[in-house]
Amino acid sequence: MSRLKTAVFLVAGLTLAACSNASWDDTSAGSGGAGQVTPGSVGDPTSPAYFREAIGDRVLFLVDQSSISPAAQTILAGQARWLTANPDYVVTIEGHADEQGTREYNLALGARRANAAREYLMSQGVAGSRIQVVSFGKERPIEICSEESCYSQNRRAVTVLAGGAVVG
Amino acid sequence: MRNALATLFLGLSMLVPIAAAPGWAQAQDGPLRIEITDGVIEPLPFAAPDFIADTPEAAQYAADIARVIASDLVGSGLFREIPQVAYISSYADFDAAVNFTDWKAINAQALITGAVGVSGDRIAVRFRAYDVFAGQELGSGLQLSGTTDGWRRIAHKVADTIYSRLTGEGGYFDSRVVFVSETGPKNDRKKRLAIMDYDGANVQYLTSSNDIVLAPRFSPTGDRVLYTSYESGFPQIHVLDVGKVQRRILSAGNGTMSFAPRFAPNGQTVVYSQSEGGNSDLYSMDINSGATQRLTSAPSIETAPSFSPDGSQIVFESDRSGASQLYIMAATGGEAKRISFGQGRYGTPVWSPRGDYIAFTKQNAGRFHIGVMRTDGSEERLLTASFLDEGPTWSPNGRVIMFTRETQGAAGQARLYSVDVSGRNLKPVKTPDGASDPSWSPLQN
Repeated sequence: MSRLKTAVFLVAGLTLAACSNASWDDTSAGSGGAGQVTPGSVGDPTSPAYFREAIGDRVLFLVDQSSISPAAQTILAGQARWLTANPDYVVTIEGHADEQGTREYNLALGARRANAAREYLMSQGVAGSRIQVVSFGKERPIEICSEESCYSQNRRAVTVLAGGAVVG
Repeated sequence: MRNALATLFLGLSMLVPIAAAPGWAQAQDGPLRIEITDGVIEPLPFAAPDFIADTPEAAQYAADIARVIASDLVGSGLFREIPQVAYISSYADFDAAVNFTDWKAINAQALITGAVGVSGDRIAVRFRAYDVFAGQELGSGLQLSGTTDGWRRIAHKVADTIYSRLTGEGGYFDSRVVFVSETGPKNDRKKRLAIMDYDGANVQYLTSSNDIVLAPRFSPTGDRVLYTSYESGFPQIHVLDVGKVQRRILSAGNGTMSFAPRFAPNGQTVVYSQSEGGNSDLYSMDINSGATQRLTSAPSIETAPSFSPDGSQIVFESDRSGASQLYIMAATGGEAKRISFGQGRYGTPVWSPRGDYIAFTKQNAGRFHIGVMRTDGSEERLLTASFLDEGPTWSPNGRVIMFTRETQGAAGQARLYSVDVSGRNLKPVKTPDGASDPSWSPLQN
């Protein structure tokens, strides 16, 4: 893990020299991004696959809560470091709820969760202009049983990358 | 689709009285009457023989129309149909005298007769209703005419007329429901807007299933539908003209989230939730000018607003005091008064068109309920209980509530159900696929 982190920072230096920070307000986000080759595998610390799987693209929440747990803080801090190192990416944070709750309330709750994750990333130095939030309420469960084992996976905020030289 | 809808909506052109049946005086105030408010325990037995076909091409309509009328009345829970095999009298002449003895013998308290004429694509339906035990016609006979493809609407109008005469209440059968049709597994559900008659007939799809669509809401006249769509990638409010199947986005601004829209009784103001910085508050918008007004400004969740029938107040849900509760405030915003105080969480309040009740979703001890309470929060009654009931909508006469019931587990599916405000007559509404988020139209014209 620490060897990978080193790699991230080495690449970060190169990337920062090559392009300016991306922004959701900048419609050309990512298009002028680093053109260096990125095999895109999870072993490549600059790849979205690495972001998703090695760092973790999602954080989980307690029932009807939107506070960021210590475990979630670790993941979001990792995301923030990656985003700092890969400034040509922007993100959309998708907030989700489990099925226990009305559609309307869960939309509002998902918005709270996505925003909580956004604020944590910003506290770690990621520019707010790079982070959009959207709530899916209970519309997009990933686990489908009606038990806590599934609900706990569905109460999530997922950081989805966009832009970058290779979107994968 | 445009033509089909146009005929459906313009299908009914005439509703005229016809002369009283020969031999009997018209009832003044018929003794036959159902008092709904007392709670009907024993449904009123009626007979509805197939209508008479004036011409051979009217035969199928004559039979089908009588079936739809009977289905409406029985479906209300207030009536019981006497099966045709029990009939003693045959019914062959709309204008002939009725042999009440034969209908009394099978305990038919009401008798519905009719005749159907078809000419080209035009259809004319005459009907009469009788109070069998009084030996009298129940109100005057009526003729309704329109196009043949609107025959179901004519049948619903006849049933509404009979329901009104026997209950003293407005009917609800000639109405439509807009809802979200659902297909596919729980983790890849496809949703599209659909509209149908209140009884599940004539389903038409209004959007594709490319984007998530949620919670359609009829305008006060039933001509437009507000809904939330993810077409832009974010939940945003759209308005759809039902007749033309034209739609436009109401809320603009990339990256904003707006949802839970509902029309004011004036059909021009829309109230909805907007989420900014993770916080959802209520706003209103003039649908023509696009001018918006912020109604709440709190760090809590404010959503699911619904107008009082006179447009002066809004009921909504908020978690400002912890778990979600129901609040009422002026339509222009300002101080809100909490009206729900029971155990659990309350959401999706909807003001009855009669103004007497507020229907809501309640979540308590792991179960969901549809309930009603008075507008001051008193007389709370839970009408249903299941793994997941939510999103009530009122029938045009404020007597029936339709809602979404979702079943538990990996194979869970959403279906529409209806229940009387009394809590009786809980039953599923027929839809081709899964269905959620119903919104009941007003009575059609």
